[in-house]
Amino acid sequence: MATLKDTKSHNMGLHEESLKGRTQQRFFSVDESSNLTYFNSFEVDTDKTATIDALEMTPREINIAIRELMESGVGSITVDNPMSRHGVGVGILNRLNLTFTDSLGYFGCGLIDGPNVHIKGRVGWSCAENMMAGTVLIEMNAGSTFGAAIRGGDLVCRGSVGARTGIDQKGGTIIVGGNTGAFSGFMMQRGRMIVCGDAGRNLGDSMYDGVIYVGGEVEELGIDCVPGEMTELDVRYLSSKLDLYGIKSPNGAEKMNKYVSGKMLWNYDKLEPSEKKIAL
Amino acid sequence: MCGIAGIIHKKGGASENIGKQMTSMLQALKHRGPDSTGYAVYGEDNGNQIMRLKVAEAIELEGSYSIHAEIAERIALVDARLAEAGVKVVNKENVTEYALRYEIDFSGDMKKVADFIEDIEGVEILSVGNTLELIKDLGDASVVSAQYGLDNFDGTHAIGHTRMATESDIDIRSAHPYWAYPFSDIAVVHNGQLTNYWTKRRDLERKGNRFSSNCDSELIAVYLANKMSDGVDLETAMRDSIDFLDGVFTYLVTTKDQLGMAKDCMAAKPMVVYEGDDMIALASEEVAIRKLFDHQIHTFDPYDGEVKVWQH
Repeated sequence: MATLKDTKSHNMGLHEESLKGRTQQRFFSVDESSNLTYFNSFEVDTDKTATIDALEMTPREINIAIRELMESGVGSITVDNPMSRHGVGVGILNRLNLTFTDSLGYFGCGLIDGPNVHIKGRVGWSCAENMMAGTVLIEMNAGSTFGAAIRGGDLVCRGSVGARTGIDQKGGTIIVGGNTGAFSGFMMQRGRMIVCGDAGRNLGDSMYDGVIYVGGEVEELGIDCVPGEMTELDVRYLSSKLDLYGIKSPNGAEKMNKYVSGKMLWNYDKLEPSEKKIAL
Repeated sequence: MCGIAGIIHKKGGASENIGKQMTSMLQALKHRGPDSTGYAVYGEDNGNQIMRLKVAEAIELEGSYSIHAEIAERIALVDARLAEAGVKVVNKENVTEYALRYEIDFSGDMKKVADFIEDIEGVEILSVGNTLELIKDLGDASVVSAQYGLDNFDGTHAIGHTRMATESDIDIRSAHPYWAYPFSDIAVVHNGQLTNYWTKRRDLERKGNRFSSNCDSELIAVYLANKMSDGVDLETAMRDSIDFLDGVFTYLVTTKDQLGMAKDCMAAKPMVVYEGDDMIALASEEVAIRKLFDHQIHTFDPYDGEVKVWQH
């Protein structure tokens, strides 16, 4: 029976399982050093460089190749020919200079925590979804749900993006050099969104908190989204932030409009609005 | 989920191997729908009309000993009825046991002929047109392309579809594209779900329109055909469709010399567009368009409620 239990627990991916009385499971052992550090986070040297030619590789192979290079301490990686593949550059949890010389498909650079990513092409839907820290800079356009549920870092697209940009945004900054589609900032909870061009219908619909700046026309505001008062601090912040990435709003930062939530929910009322906090 | 793709070469450009181009795009979209694959390809106009039809479902071949004899009977009936309707068959090709291609010389009422042929049990006309040829079958693009010899199809424009069956069966009847019966050279592919399908289908059926499947996407083809029969141009009909259709959708439609795209007002279904000097290519995912280019290209996502029409 003991053998059967061991086999079963190992098959389930558990280190140890006791089936006496009420089942108890222990998911890690303190004796294993890997359990005491940030899982899959590596010490890298940005002076160490490497290039991956992804032309004949699957997304899984590309991601494994990136991880193996990081494991060996490489801190600056260039990926050639990603050819719009999906799910590439995801789950990177350490500092890294990562460059894609071509476009990415869906879910590129999702779930990242720390790397500086430069994409020289365009990205498909849900780029940098759940990003926690770092920067992602896209030179061309991006698809819908750009920066869905990001919690931190800077996500920058020099071109235009699709619909539902920053849906469920919980922090960080999204910067769009061009236009954004309908439902941008939908259910936004924290953070900042800067759109230099126009915004589509239902901007900031059902937003709880956070700030949206728009340089062009807004087709229609969503429920709970109201114009906010632009202050000198806002203008200074926008000028400085856009300068970081060499992006200019067509009419200048001082002509941008600010939008905030007009209705605070009970749990958010107890907190200081994020717009007063220091920019990330 | 489903994947859709379209390509149109601008006038003056050389005739391209549109079959091979569409196959490479659709194969890249296989993960969006592996159940069936369909093409609407537009070739040379030699003055005759091309009629594509099926006389049985592929699945029927596995379920009955008598089906082979029934298929032969149905084909004989089709031939007899074409002759009776005064249709001159210039060329006839049995592409598969159940799929046929007729090149016909006919200038009369095509609706009357189509109704007469489809009255035969198990027979469905997939398309009629001077340049349109509509091919659809079970399997991925490489399977269907090999089965129907599409790797050597020169033409000007095409749309295609990889289907993940959700609302109706896995069969050829429910596969895309749909021909806008009874109009020559019009076909539709769709990615999404129409929530007012049955209500609107009943409305259109009361007006005498014919539906061949239970697939919600067919509603788009029938609606556009109905509008165009009232003299409305393609782009206006497509703009009207945004209000007429309820649900989430992106669809493509082709005519003899046009390719159109429409997106619902929620922008809930994806579409990526490449507009080059010589050609326009669009697909549910850029990875499909990149099968045509080995270099960086500029693409964009159309916005909610957007309609675009490109001319050959």
